[in-house]
Amino acid sequence: MSSDTAPSNKPVKTTDLHIGAAEPGCKKRDPILVADGVTRTFGGLKAVDVEHVEIPRGAITALIGPNGAGKTTLFNLLTGFDKPDSGSWTFEGRSLSGMPAFQVARMGQVRTFQLTKALGLLTVMDNMLLGAKGQTGENLFRAVLPFLWRKEESANEARAIDILTRFKLDTKKDDYAASLSGGQRKLLEMARALMSEPTLVMLDEPMAGVNPALTQSLLDHILNLKTQGMTVLFVEHDMHMVRHIADWVIVMAEGRIVAEGDPHEVMRNPAVIDAYLGQHHDEDLGADPTAEAENVVAIKELLE
Amino acid sequence: MIDWGAIFSNAAVELISPTTAAYALAALGLAVHFGYTGLLNFGQAGFMALGAYGYAISILSFGFPVWAAVVVGIAASVIFALILGIPTLRLRADYLAIVTIAAAEIVRLLFTTNTFQPLTGSANGLSGYKGGFAALNPIPEGSYGFGPFQYNAYDWWLRLVAWTIVVLACLFTWQIMRSPWGRVIKGIREDEDAVRALGKNVYFYKMQSLVLGGVYGTIAGMIFVLPRAVVPSNYQTSLTFFIYAILLLGGAATILGPVIGSMIFWVLLSFFSGFIARAVEAGWLPFMSSIQAGQLRFILVGVAIMLIVIFRPQGIFGNKKELAFVK
Repeated sequence: MSSDTAPSNKPVKTTDLHIGAAEPGCKKRDPILVADGVTRTFGGLKAVDVEHVEIPRGAITALIGPNGAGKTTLFNLLTGFDKPDSGSWTFEGRSLSGMPAFQVARMGQVRTFQLTKALGLLTVMDNMLLGAKGQTGENLFRAVLPFLWRKEESANEARAIDILTRFKLDTKKDDYAASLSGGQRKLLEMARALMSEPTLVMLDEPMAGVNPALTQSLLDHILNLKTQGMTVLFVEHDMHMVRHIADWVIVMAEGRIVAEGDPHEVMRNPAVIDAYLGQHHDEDLGADPTAEAENVVAIKELLE
Repeated sequence: MIDWGAIFSNAAVELISPTTAAYALAALGLAVHFGYTGLLNFGQAGFMALGAYGYAISILSFGFPVWAAVVVGIAASVIFALILGIPTLRLRADYLAIVTIAAAEIVRLLFTTNTFQPLTGSANGLSGYKGGFAALNPIPEGSYGFGPFQYNAYDWWLRLVAWTIVVLACLFTWQIMRSPWGRVIKGIREDEDAVRALGKNVYFYKMQSLVLGGVYGTIAGMIFVLPRAVVPSNYQTSLTFFIYAILLLGGAATILGPVIGSMIFWVLLSFFSGFIARAVEAGWLPFMSSIQAGQLRFILVGVAIMLIVIFRPQGIFGNKKELAFVK
């Protein structure tokens, strides 16, 4: 079993993404998303307090941090699902502040959810077709006249079959999405997001609740997104996965960005170890021997 | 002895009665709201009242022709839907339920209050608005039909128009629900955040659905008052519940469900009331007065609906497969 989950091919890392030192809020050579002064409080709790962050284009960026660090809240803010108390951000140079979620998605910034949102009582194919953008037949009056949208519909169906085949869901296309397994739903959600031909894909915990046998295939799909020229930003807890596929890692703790850097560097960063050990003494920071050694030392110190 | 022939023929008459058509159309509107979009509209009676009063007042007080009176009724319901939808469609589904049930009651009480007596006729309601509709009747005078379905020219004209509208509404709904528009609508029912994340303006789609189903309810309200008078007490919340009963009976996310549901509902109601009334007369139910008998039919309908929801929750036409995944 373990041989199945081993990396089938060594992912090609994108390097040289930043300008200057790899510190929180550092400049990127070609940022796709730039956020400034974004804050969000829930009652007295400052869930997100990000001074400046840039997401590099054409790379896979991981957003990590202990539970309650504000990763998902930041995701919600950036995608228009939540309103910040203050702050502004731009996507491909256009301001997104205050823009509703559906317009954000139309601009090419598509997200998935931590709790998978497969549309259960729609077929897998309908789930996919829903992802296609700018459909003529989605207007109530034109919906009555099928000859206006039939051609577009079959083109979309062909594209959907193509993506479903890649995700090995094509045999399920006429089944209700509710009949899929948890992992298959994750795949469907990602496939559906691809139907909208996004430029930035934001995945909120793509591995949560996924059977280990499916993990490798999900990882390959994420790597494929990069090969196809998309930018990926994902939230994840599994450090092995982050180390394996991420080109750049942004670490959050208590709403702030505490570290940035390439995955191997960042896990040696004392701020990151603090952030995790402060809350989770048993958190597995990945199989990096140096980091692990430091981890053990740090835990020993704490125990004494 | 009990006259079974009369009971059955009275029940059969309900199959194609304009009231059955009106309830079918109102239920189809609820199917659009609840079955397809997941909007909990508990104010369908309010939409029907607006249709009935909009039509009657336009003709009686302003002397409008039939087509203009219909337009006035539809315009009123579109405005009503916008007023309901703008504040509530952004909120969770149950808020819409509370607001619609209250708004429908407000509409009914406004039509009942004495303040607008000259316009609305207050609690006595309105009558004498059928001339324009009758004048459009192309069927020559006389009595036509067979068996229990024996009507004069006006009654046939009314049935013809009512059921034509129902058929057209069914075809229209069927077409839009199998289009990409319907796919978005059904997606919203399943999870509106997911649909939003795919770049669809969920709020706007919900508003379209609310207006469309409301317009069905309004036209149903007009059909409903053509064989009778406009009486405000007809538009109580129980009307909405009867329409929900019909919808659940037939199947919430179906096209034919509301129509067949309405036929079954009215045939059963007529059968029960005819049977119980005659059974009381014949002394079969000595513990009951004839007034109590009149109420018993609603109890029996209630029991029938409970049995359906428990043993066949997808309705008569609903897809059994959907049931495997109850949330």
